[in-house]
Formats: sequence, structure tokens, C-alpha cells
Amino acid sequence: MRAIVTVIGKDQVGIIAAVCALLSEKNVNVLDISQTILQEYFTMTMLVDVSQATIPFAALKEALAAAGQDRGLDIRIQREDIFDAMHRI
Amino acid sequence: MLNSKDILSTIRMIDQQHLDVRTITMGISLLDCCDPDPAAACRKIYDKITTSAEKLVQTGQDIETEFGIPIVNKRISVTPIALVAGASRTGDYVPFAQAMDKAAKAVGVNFIGGFSALVQKGMTEGDKKLITAIPEALAVTDVVCSSVNMGSTKAGINMDAVRLMGEVIKATADRTADRGGFGCAKLVVFCNAVEDNPFMAGAFHGVGEAERVINVGVSGPGVVHHALQSVKGQPFDVVAETIKKTAFQVTRMGQLVAQEASARLNVPFGIVDLSLAPTPAIGDSVARILEEMGLEVCGTHGTTAALALLNDAVKKGGVMASSSVGGLSGAFIPVSEDEGMIAAAQSGALTLDKLEAMTCVCSVGLDMIAVPGDTPAATISAIIADEAAIGMVNTKTTAVRIIPAPGKRVGDMVEFGGLLGSAPVMPCHTGSAQDFVARGGRIPAPMHSLKN
Repeated sequence: MRAIVTVIGKDQVGIIAAVCALLSEKNVNVLDISQTILQEYFTMTMLVDVSQATIPFAALKEALAAAGQDRGLDIRIQREDIFDAMHRI
Repeated sequence: MLNSKDILSTIRMIDQQHLDVRTITMGISLLDCCDPDPAAACRKIYDKITTSAEKLVQTGQDIETEFGIPIVNKRISVTPIALVAGASRTGDYVPFAQAMDKAAKAVGVNFIGGFSALVQKGMTEGDKKLITAIPEALAVTDVVCSSVNMGSTKAGINMDAVRLMGEVIKATADRTADRGGFGCAKLVVFCNAVEDNPFMAGAFHGVGEAERVINVGVSGPGVVHHALQSVKGQPFDVVAETIKKTAFQVTRMGQLVAQEASARLNVPFGIVDLSLAPTPAIGDSVARILEEMGLEVCGTHGTTAALALLNDAVKKGGVMASSSVGGLSGAFIPVSEDEGMIAAAQSGALTLDKLEAMTCVCSVGLDMIAVPGDTPAATISAIIADEAAIGMVNTKTTAVRIIPAPGKRVGDMVEFGGLLGSAPVMPCHTGSAQDFVARGGRIPAPMHSLKN
């Protein structure tokens, strides 16, 4: 199952490293990353494969949100299908 | 990979523009629960609901977690109870409502609809008993919703039922006077009721439906409002196109959730209802969409035209996004549930007469309107008759959900809380309709009902 991770918040050192480390720890494979700075705000979207993840989806979602909270970032994970449905015919 | 801009736009819709799935409603047929013994029938009803919907709430929560889209309500609709209870040897239908209430609470849904009767052409003994039981049933239960269909384009308007419903609404308000007449917020009177509506209080599982079915109601007034802010001052063609595009996106999301819920629960997918359902939250208002089109306040001249465009564009945008569109599909205008409508009604700009005109072009009818507690039953019946006439002649669904708030006068507020919001008490005309309503009988169906 593929999902989209989005990270939004104030730019700081080590955001990508921290998120990737957490995903790797849970055996989530990163397929693609896109990142930009918009008006000092860091926004990153990642396409990931969670089919081999070592924890359930809900737990992964919580772990990412908690990691984000520590750094003042909004980190979420949602199944890719929702974006496909809304933006692709 | 998907475009980051698209991903972030979806996230903004959810975070800032109140995009959500308003309800996943499971329709359950109770036709096999009929029993001459009313206690046995109630037991069967409880068992059927709790077995069928056992995993409904959990499944809704799982989908919410995985897709990151809020699913605000999980609900149940059942076969109109008058049809089921009619087989039982009893004059008291309140226990049937209690069985529904208990079952709904056991599975954790927040409303169950179907304490209903379909009497557009005439009333059976069962229908009469059910209608008589409504005030008590809504007072002693918490999550049961009731509806009565008393007119249709095919059958005309059953004026005996209309007269009766005026009295029932008054009695329901009195029985729940301690809660501002809250019982009436759970009671809808319809003309041309639909059998697959997922929205409360008017949801029931029609007899033409399957054993069980999943219907989904999407929403998104905030998303439409936000989209229109980017086309300020542009012609209506652009406005219509913008609404259509937004409705398409919102409906695709609803279709995805509906299919997912249907597959996980192993229950056939019924329809997606593309309604713009407002909430009392700031930024989730249908009235503010109409104002965004250039009106100083909702209710002023131009409001009906703006609503007609909105209602039509929502349907056109959504219809291609779902394999099966149904229910009410359009724009709702419940006064107490819409922050902009509340403000407009409080300022006096939005009147009952204007709302009646708006119901000619919106998806349903006079919804969540509080009137003074001393409004006579005949006046309420006459309001229902007017609304039913609009539905009958225009071949559309119309409804009345009106609260004659006990002890309240024009200008007072009635608080219902939660999604039901708060309603300013609005004035109605004081000229009597007593003799009109007392006639009874049936208003014949219009000429265009003879289509065959």
C-alpha cells in the first residue's frame, strides 16, 4: 500500500533526516521526495510504500505526528488513493 | 508522483476549509422483523440492527485514520417502522422506537432514522398508530429520528396527514419543552421523500432497497466558498464552472470512501449524496457562499437566483464523479446549522417567506427553523402544505423541520448544541389558516403526474 507523508512547518536543520530515520526504523520504503520552502515554511511531500511496515498504519501515523510535535512540525500520513481520487481522472 | 501543489490543496481543504465526509449511513431492511407479538418484533429489530451494523463505527474510524479525511457521522437508516410494526398486535409503537434507540447506542452510531410512515395517498392503521406515537417516541429516546411523507407529485397532498402533523409537531415540542422543543429537530415532514437519503433527520431505508446498503453523504460548503473567493467579480459562467470543479473533487473523495466502506463491511454500495451540508462552524456556511457571489446579506433580493446556480452546479460537478448519485444532492439551507443563515435571520434580512422561495430551488426545504411557541398547530400545518405544494408541483423533494419553541418569542434564541446549532425564533404570518387546514381530504396531484 502506498501513502503520502506530508511535513509542514518552520524550516530547521535535519527535518528530512529525522523523518527518513523514523520511516526506515519502521521499515517504510521511501519512493519519491519533493521539497520546497514557501515563505519560510518548509513543505515536503513523500511517496512511501508501507506494505512491509513493522507497525500498523494507525501506529505509524501516531509516531510521525509525535515526531513532528517535538520539532514544531505538522507531519501526517494518508493513503495515496485520496489524492489520486481528487486530482486525477 | 502526484503534484505537491495538489497534495497540499487537499490538506488545506481538510484543515482550513472543513472538507469532510458528513456521514456514512448503513441502510438496513427490517421487513423480516415483523411479528404479531410486539415484544418479539422489537427483539428482532434490535438483533438485526446490532448484527448488521456491528462494525460500522469501527470501519468508519479506520477509513478516517488511513485516508486522513474526517468522517463526522456514522448512522443507520431502517425500513419505515409503520410497515414493520403494522404486523404487531399493539396500539403502542413507542417500544419500537426504544428498540431502535437501544440498538443504535449499542453499535455507537449517533442517529438512527426510520421511525417513519409513508402516507402520501392515505393512512393505514399502522401509519396512524405510528404518527400518534411520534411525540412520546422522540421524547423518551435520544438518537431516533422520525419522518412522515405526506405528499408526492404522483399522489397529491394528503391534507388529513398535514393537519395531523401540525398537531404532532406541537405535541413533540411540548413533550421536549425542557430542551427547547428538541424533539422537533428529529422530525421531518416530506413531500416526495427519497428512499436512499443518508442525511438525518429524514433518512429511512426504502422498500425498494436491498437487504443492507451503504450510502455516503459528502459535504464541503467551506471548500466551495474558498474556491469562489478566487473568482471575485467574474461572470456567473465562471462561478458555475468553479463550483462544478470543486463539487467534482469533493464527490470523488466521497465515492472513494463509500467504495472502501462498502468493501470492508461487505455491504453493497448504494449512492453518494452530493449535498452541501453546512455546520454552525465559521467557514462552513452555505449562506456565506451566496454572499460571496455578491449579495450583502443572505436573504436579500438575488438570493434565490444565487442558490439556484449553486444547487445546479453542485449536481453537475458531482454527477460524473460518482458511479451512483442519489439521496437529496444539492444545497441544504438549515437555518440553525448555518452560521451565515443564523446571522441573516437575526438581522431580519432572512425571513420565512424568503426561505420558502429558496426551497423552490434548493435540494430540500424549510429546515431547522424555530418559530414562536404559541404558533397554532393549524399555522404549522399550513406551512407544511405550502412547502408540500412546491415539492408536488416542481417534482422535487421538499421538507419541513420546524420547531415551535415552547415559551419562546420572536427574537429569542433556541440552543440545540453540536451540529444542530442554535436557531433565532422567526416570525410567521398571524392570519389564521384554521378553516383551510380543517377541510382535510386530498389536494389532487398536478396534471404532469399523468405521464404514462
